[in-house]
Amino acid sequence: MLELLKRDKKGCSVLGVIWFFVLLMILGNTFFEDGNLFYVGANSITLVGKYLCYALLAVSLDLIWGYLGILSLGHAAFFGLGGYVMGMYLMRQIGTRGVYGDPLLPDFMIFLNWDSLPWYWLGVNHFWFAALLIVLVPGILAFIFGYFAFKSRVSGVYLSIITQALTFALALAFYRNEMGFGGNNGLTDFKDILGFSLSSDSTRLTLLFLSALFLTIGYFICRKIVSSRLGKVATAIRDAEMRTRFMGYHVVWFKLAIFTVAAMLAGIAGALYVPQVGIINPSEFNPICSIELVIWVAVGGRASLYGAIVGAILINYAKTLFTGLFPEGWLYALGLIFILVTIFFPKGIIGVLEAIDLKKFQKSQETLTASVENQVVENTTALASSMLEKSKE
Amino acid sequence: MVKIKNLFAAMALSTVVATSAMAAEDTIKIGVLHSLSGTMAISETSLKDTLLMLVNEQNKKGGVLGKKIEPVVVDPASNWPLFAEKTRELLQKEKVSAIFGCWTSVSRKSVLPVVEELNGILFYPVQYEGEESSKNVFYTGAAPNQQAIPAVDYLLKQGVKRWALVGTDYVYPRTANKILEAYLKSKGFSDKDIIVSYTPFGHSDWQSIVSDIKKFGSTGVKTAVISTINGDANVPFYKELANQGVSAKDIPVIAFSVGEEELAGIDTKPLVGHLAAWNYFESVDSEVNDEFVDKWHKFIGNESRVTNDPMEATYIGFNMWVKAVEKAGTTDSDAVQDALIGVAVPNLSGGIATMMPNHHITKPVLIGEIQDDGQFLIVDSTKGTVVGDAWSDYLPGSKDLISDWRKPMKCGNYNVKLGKCGGSADKK
Amino acid sequence: MILIKVIYKALFTLSLFLMLSSSAFALTSDEAYAVISNKQSSFDAKLEAFYTLSDSSEKYVPVLIDAAKNSNLYYSRKDSELYVLANGNYFNVKTSKVFSGKKRDLKRVAINNQIRESLALLSEMKTLEDKTLSEDARIESAHNLIGKVSISDASRLQFIRDTSISDFPELAENLDYVIASADLNSQEPKIRNGAMRILANLNSPILIQKFEDIAKNDSDISNRVYAEKIYKNLSSTQSFYSGVETLYFGISLGSVLVLAAIGLTITFGVMGVINMAHGELMMIGAYTVYVMQQALPNNPGLALLLSIPMAFLVSGLTGIIIERTVIRYLYGRPLETLLATFGISLLLQQGVRTIFTALNKNVVIPDFLSGAIKINDFFSITYSRFYIIIFCLAVFFALRHILKHSRLGLEVRAVSQNRAMARNMGVRSERVNALTFGLGSGIAGLAGVALSQLTNVGPNLGQNYIVDSFLVVVFGGSGNIWGTMVAGMTLGIANKVLEPVAGAMLGKILILIGVIIFIQRRPRGLFPQRGRNVED
Repeated sequence: MLELLKRDKKGCSVLGVIWFFVLLMILGNTFFEDGNLFYVGANSITLVGKYLCYALLAVSLDLIWGYLGILSLGHAAFFGLGGYVMGMYLMRQIGTRGVYGDPLLPDFMIFLNWDSLPWYWLGVNHFWFAALLIVLVPGILAFIFGYFAFKSRVSGVYLSIITQALTFALALAFYRNEMGFGGNNGLTDFKDILGFSLSSDSTRLTLLFLSALFLTIGYFICRKIVSSRLGKVATAIRDAEMRTRFMGYHVVWFKLAIFTVAAMLAGIAGALYVPQVGIINPSEFNPICSIELVIWVAVGGRASLYGAIVGAILINYAKTLFTGLFPEGWLYALGLIFILVTIFFPKGIIGVLEAIDLKKFQKSQETLTASVENQVVENTTALASSMLEKSKE
Repeated sequence: MVKIKNLFAAMALSTVVATSAMAAEDTIKIGVLHSLSGTMAISETSLKDTLLMLVNEQNKKGGVLGKKIEPVVVDPASNWPLFAEKTRELLQKEKVSAIFGCWTSVSRKSVLPVVEELNGILFYPVQYEGEESSKNVFYTGAAPNQQAIPAVDYLLKQGVKRWALVGTDYVYPRTANKILEAYLKSKGFSDKDIIVSYTPFGHSDWQSIVSDIKKFGSTGVKTAVISTINGDANVPFYKELANQGVSAKDIPVIAFSVGEEELAGIDTKPLVGHLAAWNYFESVDSEVNDEFVDKWHKFIGNESRVTNDPMEATYIGFNMWVKAVEKAGTTDSDAVQDALIGVAVPNLSGGIATMMPNHHITKPVLIGEIQDDGQFLIVDSTKGTVVGDAWSDYLPGSKDLISDWRKPMKCGNYNVKLGKCGGSADKK
Repeated sequence: MILIKVIYKALFTLSLFLMLSSSAFALTSDEAYAVISNKQSSFDAKLEAFYTLSDSSEKYVPVLIDAAKNSNLYYSRKDSELYVLANGNYFNVKTSKVFSGKKRDLKRVAINNQIRESLALLSEMKTLEDKTLSEDARIESAHNLIGKVSISDASRLQFIRDTSISDFPELAENLDYVIASADLNSQEPKIRNGAMRILANLNSPILIQKFEDIAKNDSDISNRVYAEKIYKNLSSTQSFYSGVETLYFGISLGSVLVLAAIGLTITFGVMGVINMAHGELMMIGAYTVYVMQQALPNNPGLALLLSIPMAFLVSGLTGIIIERTVIRYLYGRPLETLLATFGISLLLQQGVRTIFTALNKNVVIPDFLSGAIKINDFFSITYSRFYIIIFCLAVFFALRHILKHSRLGLEVRAVSQNRAMARNMGVRSERVNALTFGLGSGIAGLAGVALSQLTNVGPNLGQNYIVDSFLVVVFGGSGNIWGTMVAGMTLGIANKVLEPVAGAMLGKILILIGVIIFIQRRPRGLFPQRGRNVED
């Protein structure tokens, strides 16, 4: 492990910066009063907590996109599922404090005349069970979906589109009020978690701390995976799936293992996100959310893991800043960033930063870009030429 | 390299910390929390403009308590968690004394815990499903009994015998239709006379549903459609009605979410005679309204921009807040909350809107028929004003609940049967 | 309950008839005129006034009633005179003089649905009685009155029927139906029976509910049995036609999907660009229609027709600009085109918001597109949908022709097959790329023109179709326009078949799951690419 840390200086420094600020915020909130320059309010705490959840989500996407070559356009679905499980747990904790004071049923079930709790709501009032579901639900869905997709060798753009269809289908399903997840209004008005009030600063700080902790753990799990033999095979699959298969690897299982882990990490990110923002609603499943997620990773820099963290935090910070400063102009800015980054900085922000260090730039240029681009070029020319053959027929 | 990155991150995060410390004292700030981008921008942008106009005008009159009002506009971008985040920012960082905002129920639900936690004041200007009464929220839009039930009463007077309830699958239509079904059954209609169908958000292919309505309604018995279809899906719905030749005289459609602004995007010639139920129409014949419409046109710089019901609700909410602040002599949240109850300001239809103890207001209910110029012709209205009912009498879970935020009771969900605050512990 | 309903209905229509014939004694035509021009009059009073006028012999009456029916009747606040709006001028109803005062003193006479309905019935009756009109118009009026008249009204129609039987047998037949439909409410079982025997030939769903009522509640058993038989016949015909209708709806939804997706087949399937801005290019097409209609305010139909080439050009040019400024740097990196074009889509959306505001725009449906072709009483084909199907086919075959038989098509295929080789052979691949992307974008613009007739013209138009479009292309097998056609139609029809069974929400979810499963069975879509290069 220590060896791993030594080799990953950049990742460690990114996490180090995050921890520095997280600890600073914890101190700032604990030791200073409102009005002091160093005081950190709940506003900033939940905001940074949210960024960290997004960062974990982005890392999990980078694991499958950067190292396995699967561009999932539905990765936020796993985030949403984790979030919903946490939301259900938090809903059950409300108990008789809901507006109708029913000990069992959440408010939305009462005014839509449900008379008993649906079976899938049972048990989520126990934290350990909910915690289990947070990783299991996204994990199992990813496993089943991935198994069939990888087994029948759906790949490239086709895979991207069906992951998009998956998240879209989930969005529609959760919008249905009959599903028993509160429909469009989603789950809100949470009171406390494990007995701690969600509106107290100490709970917020704890959640912030946990977000940073899980981001770190998640990051090192991913780092461990990509630097292990499993990761080497994954990279091989990304670069030449056929050849890897012919060398005798069971490509399906390798892909499946990593895909499932990524989904579980996304679920954890979702579960940490919900108590901090206070709401989960089907809009998290909208295909657009998953696309934005892809963009965080691309802007940060793909296939580096820490690039995903940088991208997620910076874009979301920019979003917060812009929506406050120029509400009408932020879509322009966002749109321009995406275009400029993809054209001029294909390796994202960390690519730019690395370019400052020329030696490293050249070295990585040779290995990483070459492999990624070669594969992609091969893919498209193959696709295009075969299409032409077809259309000539 | 690492240094540069550190610097960058430090700059970024420190701005969050630094800006939170600034607060100006010479103005009174109000928050404007309406989506300016994303799917809801279409509806919410004009409410932001309305508020800016009202603030502008109030400042010309000298502001409140001798201070100018400063609107703080933020864009929650039709993103529900962002609504909560921006609310926290407005209340904690900007220290606004009231927030005017939200459109969809989910945005209100998202904001609610934050406003309650930080003891803010939110004015919510859109008709909604009811079943809520918060200490910190003032509902200036209609509750179901101020829109849906009078609308059905009007259709009953017109001899309607069959009912098609069509809506988008979200909470407002679900609740409104539950209430209406219970109400219609109490009037002697059976399941056979009512069909209900729900569609996804942004549903754009209405062929089958309109054809079903046509079949349901072309059997010689007077049929009406009660539409709780949400925003964007309305245009293709009405276009399909026109295409399939369903005219208002055969099967009238009464809508609760279609106002002047939605009609501005539709060719209304084939829709003449279809109905809508609101508490305000631009065509209301009153002097205050003429004045308001003129001011709006001048402010927005476009004679063809329309006014609508949520704009009136915003107008009422803003004036109530001004009056309550003057009455309380302070912008202290608790004092203003107390002062708001009982505040009465003129509405735009020539009457008076009063804030009731349940934080809902009194409103007249108007039924309008769509005209070919995109306006409504008022064909019916309630005699006086109707008091908004936070808890519906037609839903089993809430029929025993009342809300009264005045001193001794101070409760949003008082159960009259059990005689205690905190909902109906036994719903059986 | 049913009996009450029948009696109620009889009383209601009877009272209308009484008003029709006798209220003239209550009001003079001048008084009626005054009632209509008075803002304070209730709708009931106005209704009575209209009936009074319709029975009077004043010359201005037909003009007045016609204007009232079409909401073109105005009153002056100053002198209580009535004016008719025609060609932008207001003419005095009585004197035909053009109104010269201030326009704001004229207010429209308020009419509600009830009056509108009664006026419509009145004018149907007038049409029937007017022998100068064409037989077809009179037959249509008769048809419209089936099930809407009372027994006493029917006796008035009996006279028209008897006088027209020799010259206009078809009109007489339709009048028989009208009279019989009134007789169904008769107190005499025999009369009801006779009426049913006549109506058995009508074969229309208008009275289906009536037959069901009789089958359940009639006092006479033979009537019940007979009504049951007719009811069963009618409902089986009805369910047959609703099957046909569902198929038609499916094809029309399918053609919308095909239109939306077929441009994407070019940019995505042939060029390998994941164009997330495809929806926004459709949006631009739809806004072109709006702008054209603003430019030609008096001729929305012509504006729509002109928008077809205009939208193609505008969206096509936008596409070429996008290709030249952004996409050309990204060839061979399909997933990165996704990011860049997503950025472009944000820019285009926000640009439209800045120029046109976030509000939806009003696009007029021209007359030739509204209405429906009536096949029979059970089934009619709406013009707008019908034209969109035709339009979709036209675009499809034009595109196919371009790709197969034009020089551009040849070059497109050559470049996408082997860029280096094509360049060696003298193909200017840069130009071909730009034109291909422009072609795909232009077709998106055409789809936008079609969508402007069906849905919102607003900044979110594109987003609503982008997921569906990609699904269609992938389902069909990318790069294959026949695949797109078959996939779009399949999804459209499947959607419409599922919708009545499962509801609109669940139906759509099932379709999505279906496509996911299908792709997992056949990873390259319906019409997969074959050959060695398919898998890397």
